[in-house]
Formats: sequence, C-alpha cells, structure tokens
Amino acid sequence: MKDAEPPPTAEQRELTEPARRARAALADVAPVPGAAKPDPILAAVEIRRNFGGIVAVDVARVEVQRGSITALIGPNGAGKTTFFNLITGFDKPSTGTWTFDGAPMGGLAPHRMAARGMVRTFQLTKSLTKLPVIENMKLGATGQKGEKWWNGLFPARWKAQEAEIEARADDLLRRFKLDHMRDEYAGALSGGQRKLLEMARALMTDPTLVMLDEPMAGVNPALKQSLNQHVRGLRDDGMTVLFVEHDMDMVHDISDWVIVMAEGQVIAEGTPDDISSNTAVIDAYLGAHQGRSLLEDEV
Amino acid sequence: MDIGAVLENAILQFVGFNACYYAIAAIGLNVQFGYAGLVNFGQAGFMAAGAYGVGQTVSIFGISVWWGIAIGIGYSVFLGLLMGAPTLRLRADYLAIVTIASAEIVRLVVRSVKFRDQFGGTDGLKNFAQKFQQVGIDLGLQPAKDYGFWIFQFSGRTLWNLIVGWSFVAIFGVIVWSLMKSPWGRVLKAIREDEDAVRSLGKNVYSYKMQALVLGGVIGSFAGMMLALGNANVQPDNFSRDLTFFVLTGLVLGGVAKVTGSIIGPMLFWGVYAFLDGLLRELVDKPVRIGDFTLLQSTDIGVVVFMVMGALMVLLMVYRPQGLFGNRKEMAFEGR
Repeated sequence: MKDAEPPPTAEQRELTEPARRARAALADVAPVPGAAKPDPILAAVEIRRNFGGIVAVDVARVEVQRGSITALIGPNGAGKTTFFNLITGFDKPSTGTWTFDGAPMGGLAPHRMAARGMVRTFQLTKSLTKLPVIENMKLGATGQKGEKWWNGLFPARWKAQEAEIEARADDLLRRFKLDHMRDEYAGALSGGQRKLLEMARALMTDPTLVMLDEPMAGVNPALKQSLNQHVRGLRDDGMTVLFVEHDMDMVHDISDWVIVMAEGQVIAEGTPDDISSNTAVIDAYLGAHQGRSLLEDEV
Repeated sequence: MDIGAVLENAILQFVGFNACYYAIAAIGLNVQFGYAGLVNFGQAGFMAAGAYGVGQTVSIFGISVWWGIAIGIGYSVFLGLLMGAPTLRLRADYLAIVTIASAEIVRLVVRSVKFRDQFGGTDGLKNFAQKFQQVGIDLGLQPAKDYGFWIFQFSGRTLWNLIVGWSFVAIFGVIVWSLMKSPWGRVLKAIREDEDAVRSLGKNVYSYKMQALVLGGVIGSFAGMMLALGNANVQPDNFSRDLTFFVLTGLVLGGVAKVTGSIIGPMLFWGVYAFLDGLLRELVDKPVRIGDFTLLQSTDIGVVVFMVMGALMVLLMVYRPQGLFGNRKEMAFEGR
C-alpha cells in the first residue's frame, strides 16, 4: 500500500513545478514582518481587533503570495484564529482593510467572500453530521440553480446540474479516500475523516485561496501524511493555501513561507529555514521575554 | 360504559376538521422548526393572518371572499418579514421570543376595541363564507344531508370542509416534500445544524432563513384560512398561545423534519385527545372520592386530559425522541 511507505522528506522529494515556482518567487523576499510579496493574492493592512480593552489582533501588514503554501504559526492565544475570522468576514475588525485578488474585502459578508473564491475550514471541524457525506459535498458547490426555492419545486431545472455536481463530488471523495463512506452520515466519520471531508467540501466551492484552520489537530499520524499530500495537491492544482498549524513538522515539511504571530502581532516571516533559526520566534514559544513586548523596537 | 362510542369519536377526530387544519399549520411549522431549525413559537399569529385575510374581504372590504387568499398570503408574508428582519441574524432564542410575542400582539390587536371596525373586536368576523360553502353545494353536497359509510358519516357541509382541507394538506405536503428533496432543502437542513459551515461555503444564510420563515408562515396562514372558511367565522381567541403549542405538540409527536410526521402527528394529537377525553368521561360518571377528598369529578376532565397528554409526551420524548415517524439516525448524531 502506498500510504505505508515512509514519507519522503522535503529534501528527498522532487519538487513539483508549482512548488518550485512558489519557492523561486519567495526566494528574494526579505524575511521581515510585513514583507511585500511579488504577487500577493491576499494583502491585509492595519488589521486590528479589540475585545474590550484587549487587543487580540494588531497586524500592521501581511501579504500572502499567490500559488504558495503559507503557514501561520504562533503560540496559543497569538490571535491566529481571530485573524482568520477577520479576514473571512466571520468577525469584523475594529480597523483595517484587506484585499483579495486585488478587490477590497472589508465589510463583505462571509458568504460573499466565499463566493469570490476565498474558502475556509474551522478549527473545530464543521462537518454536518446529520447529512450524508455526499450531501455534505454537494452542499459545497456554488451557483446551484436548485438552491433557489422557486426552482426547487421543479427537478427538471436542476437535475442536470445536480448530476454534474455529484460527479465532481464523487471525484473529490475518491481523491480524499472517502468514497467508501459516501452514503454514511457524516456523524459516522472519525475525527480525521471529518477533517478530510471538510477540506474536500471546501474544494467544491472552486476556491482560489484555501484557508485551513489547524488541519492536523486531532488527526492520527498515518492520516497526517495523507493530509500533507492533499495540501500539497491543492498548490499543485493552482490554489493558494494559508493554514494555521501547531504541528511544526508539517509546517516545516510543506510550507513555502511561514508567518509567525504572537500577542496579536506578526513577529516574524520567512522560509521555514529562516524561521527555525529566528530568535524572536524561539522567544515567543519559550517565553524568554516574559512580560515584555515581543517586538524589540516597541516601547 | 360504551368504549365503542369513545373509539368511534376518537377515529372521527383523527380525520376530522381540527386535525386537518392543524396538519396544514404543522406542515408550515415543520419547514421552519423541523428543517431550518427556526424556533417559531408564533404559528398562531400566521394562522390569524390567514383567517383575518379571508374574514375581512366581505364584511370589511366588501370584495369577493376569494381575494382573501391573496390578502391572507400578503399578511403572513408581511408578518414573517417583520419577525425575521431583526432576529434572524441573532441567536435562535431571539426568534423564539419575538415570534411568541408577535403572535400575541396580532391577537391583541385584532380583538382590541380600537380596531373594531377593521377586525371586529372580540366578536370577530362572520358572514363571509357563503361563497365558499356555495361551491360545495354546487358540486352536489347537500349541507344538511349525511354522506359517508360505516362510522364515517358527515353532513354535506362538513364533508366539503374536509375535502378542501385535506386537499390543502396533500398539496402542501407534496410541495414541502419535494422542496426538501431539492438543493434548497439541503441548504436548510445544513443551516439547522451549523450556520457558519453554510456561510463558509458561500450561501446567504440570512436569506435562506427568511425564506423558510416566510414559506412556513404562508402555509400556516392557509390553516387559518381553512379554519375561517370551515367555521364560517373568525374568533380572535382561537389564535392564542395554546394553538401554537398544540400544533407544535402534534408536530413533535409525529416527528420533526418528516412530512408524514407533520401530517399524522396532528391527526394523532386530536385522536388521542378525543379518546382520553371520552374515556375519562365514561369512567368518571360520578365524582371519585378518597374519604372526604374529591380526587376527580367530571368538571376536572378537560384539564386532566391535557395532564395525561403531557405525561404521554414526556414518555415519548424519553423513549422515542425522534417522534413516531422521525429519523432515528438523524437524531442520533449530535453536533459537536
């Protein structure tokens, strides 16, 4: 079985063409917080979110290179998920603007952002347990005629499209090795399978930017390798991936670029190798600067 | 003791007019509560909207009673938008509070002295259903003559009401069943479980919830129209909170998120009610005493029946939470 082989390390593995392109584009980018990228698909400026007196997120500038896999890491409470929520419209920033694919996104409802090709998953998996797996998948497809109530009554108006969607859903289920669970309720899936289902369902929206919130949380090691492959596969299919993760092996293994947050701010950026030798990052995780700001130039 | 008569009456109530307009209301409530997960405690308000729409035509506006269908739909759409606009973006609890309050406001407004000229105050409205009854007579159903077989004997007038009412049940049952098979229904069921997941997939959750609330309300308004036409009058106090909760009881009894459940549930509600009521009246022909203490007398029966029904409902919820026709598998998976 293919899955049982020891996974190739980053060095051993032959980089695919999209991966090589992403790495080449990022090679000349200075590893400093807020670094400008040659072709950003997502660019956020001055994003700030206060909860009462607490500043949960205060990101001066961050850009995500198109076609890359970018990791967003940081200790617990760094504001990674809040940042995700702000960017995807699930929460409103106190101040700040951001553009996706060149278009301003501030103030848009989450469903509009998703419709433009920015899709996200959730830290606590939101597979719809009371719908069968295949229905979960079909729900993801956008622009469905049968989702208008006046069309719903007339199957003739949506049956053909439904068949296309189902074929696409079946393809994705096969790719994510969930096809044997096709007709089961999603509630019957294991935690890891639910993560896979959520990712596959997100792909049904035909996204250009996939934002994964802790895709590895609660996934067993065997499944982790195949999840890694799937994330790489997204980039190879031309999508951009931004993911939040605590699993450093995965971060180092698959990302082209790493953004580090702590205490709501971006404290470091760079290639995985830059980051693993960055003292600010080590401090953030190990707490060398207890009680003081993590940015050295801050007062 | 005549158990045969009790059973006979229970069976007649099972298919009777009450069961029929309750079933229409429950089909509507099922769209909101069963499929979309919207806790609507104000179905009586939507029913009042339909009933008054029909009632006002002849006696207030002086137009044909058939316009009442359009007016009733208009009222219920308006009521649905009014309830939904401020609450559907909030947590589910707010909708529950607003719907129960709105339905009470509707009832208090239509029975008020102030709007007596528009809604007839506490007397309600009457003298508008002749045209409706006339259609039945034209079709050959003599109002005073009995029709039927075995124990199912109905006057022509009742039979006409039943035919129209159960036709509405069938029509709305089929409409809701096919809508829930469609991708539209899939979105509603997904919203019921997790709104944010649906939002993240590019669907306008607010709009879908509004559509479900209004559609369920419009179907509920047909229950009110049927009640008004069948009784040939509209009484404001028909549309109290009891009505909402009896319809809800019927729906839960049958099983939420099932069209069959929403139809058979209200039928059973009335069947069981009539059976218990009849049985207790047969049993308690003289006051039941323990020493000097009167445990039960015939005037208590109306209340005791509801206590027994409540207890039965509790048992059902414990041993069969999905209702009689609900999907056990669907119920078994709790959202995380």
